[in-house]
Amino acid sequence: MLSQKQVQQIASLARLNITQEEMKKYQEELSSILEYIEKLGEIDVSSIEAMSHPGELKNVFRTDEPREEKSAGLIELAPQKKDGYLKVKSILKKEK
Amino acid sequence: MEVADLTITKARQGLFKKEFSAVELTQAFLNRIEKVDKDISAYLAVLSKTALDQAKEADRLISLGTEQPALLGIPCAIKDNILIKGAKCTAASKILENYQAPYDATVVAKLKKQGAIFLGKTNLDEFAMGSSTENSAFKTTKNPHDIKKVPGGSSGGSAAAVAGGMAVYSLGSDTGGSIRLPASFCGTVGLKPTYGAVSRHGLIAFASSLDQIGPLTKTVDDAEIVFKAIAGKDPLDSTSVEVLKEKQEFNIKNLRIGVPKEYFVKGMDPKIEELVKGAIKKYEEMGAKILEVSLPNTEYALPAYYVISPSEASANLARFDGIKYGFSDKEAENLAAVYQNSRGEGFGPEVRRRIMLGTYALSAGYYEAYYLKAQKVRNLIRNDFKKVFDKVDVLMTPSAPSLPFNIGEKTKDPLSMYLVDIYTVSVNLAGLPALSMPIGKVAGLPVGMQIIGRAFEENIILKVAKLYEY
Repeated sequence: MLSQKQVQQIASLARLNITQEEMKKYQEELSSILEYIEKLGEIDVSSIEAMSHPGELKNVFRTDEPREEKSAGLIELAPQKKDGYLKVKSILKKEK
Repeated sequence: MEVADLTITKARQGLFKKEFSAVELTQAFLNRIEKVDKDISAYLAVLSKTALDQAKEADRLISLGTEQPALLGIPCAIKDNILIKGAKCTAASKILENYQAPYDATVVAKLKKQGAIFLGKTNLDEFAMGSSTENSAFKTTKNPHDIKKVPGGSSGGSAAAVAGGMAVYSLGSDTGGSIRLPASFCGTVGLKPTYGAVSRHGLIAFASSLDQIGPLTKTVDDAEIVFKAIAGKDPLDSTSVEVLKEKQEFNIKNLRIGVPKEYFVKGMDPKIEELVKGAIKKYEEMGAKILEVSLPNTEYALPAYYVISPSEASANLARFDGIKYGFSDKEAENLAAVYQNSRGEGFGPEVRRRIMLGTYALSAGYYEAYYLKAQKVRNLIRNDFKKVFDKVDVLMTPSAPSLPFNIGEKTKDPLSMYLVDIYTVSVNLAGLPALSMPIGKVAGLPVGMQIIGRAFEENIILKVAKLYEY
């Protein structure tokens, strides 16, 4: 069973605000899902290679030619913008 | 004009024999959506104006009378996690409620090139995470066969649009069964292509090593037409490849069908088992050889899937930060709060649950026990299939362990919802192609059978499926 502290820690790593009420719900639900996933502990895979992808991955190259960027309109989607830039909250504090 | 049962082939005949125009056809579908969809809720957005414009252009091309692409003038529906330039694309999430797609997904561009008509965007579980389409932030889609039942998910809107006669065909996406399950529940054909057969460019990413786009249709012939239209290598998706295996001799007398014993275990509806076994028997009567085979690691597929897919999702959904696009808490007092509040409010409960699950599985100290272990199990599952496909050409299994369930029945217990995917997730882990097709009904509700093939042997699966249908 995950502790509430662990759930809070996971939520904060994932940058998710959750309420106290949701916390309890997620604690139960995540614990029950993790308990189900524990089934993977039954098999020995020490000699098996990990597989991240089903395809036969190869490097894909393209010629290095200048091309028109398709970024027009992308900035327009931003919730807050100024002079063609994305606007974010300040991350440095002003010296007092 | 009666349009509900029109297939691609029949609609095309009507268009080229001038029985109706593309504008008339499109208008008839829009009328039907208006009439039927208030009960079914398959569509999140209906694109009447652009659809009629596309229909006018299709009529112009048809009047030229020359050789024309297979999908010219045929009205379709697109799952709302696939981008159509200029139309809203929400992934059924509040966080993308007002997101307007700035470009076309490659599959949409390919359909546009054929002159397809886009009737609208269909409902889904938020970010394609779910098995019932109840996780949509906007509406719950109903099963056209019984509106008290779920249509399956996550491509429930796409399946219900086709089954409800509100589109000739549709596109869905399949990460763990999201095309095949709703196809099975709604009585349509659904094809999940081999990983890499269809470009994922312009599909809102859920789990990138598992996601594939594919068709939902009324017949296997139609599934083949749409699959051919959307498949192929795309410079914008470096994991896409050219589908190579095209010409293969096919004779039912040489076909070896594997029936994996692990897919017929207690817990499945006995009436579904009876129907599936009956369908397999028909193939035997046609001359195919039936072999019982074993995929010994099947029981580990679902737990491995529920480590791998949330892990990839937690990384993919990190891009939703309230800054670049989508819902944003503009009142937040600092940058961290912008992230936390925008994501906390913008994502629904199931999406948050999976992000947290993935974050946990990838976090320091747990990575090896969960993510790395699941990746190794994934390899075992792929090897199971490799071995079996030395002995047989296709596998036949049920698509789902149960009939369509009641709306609300499984929403309180997320794990019970996850278990619905038990027969479909292995295929995504191994990257194989699989099709679900209707084989009968139990208590008025459709039952689907899954046909799994070797990588890039969609053509074999389709040929096998056609034999049953006709």
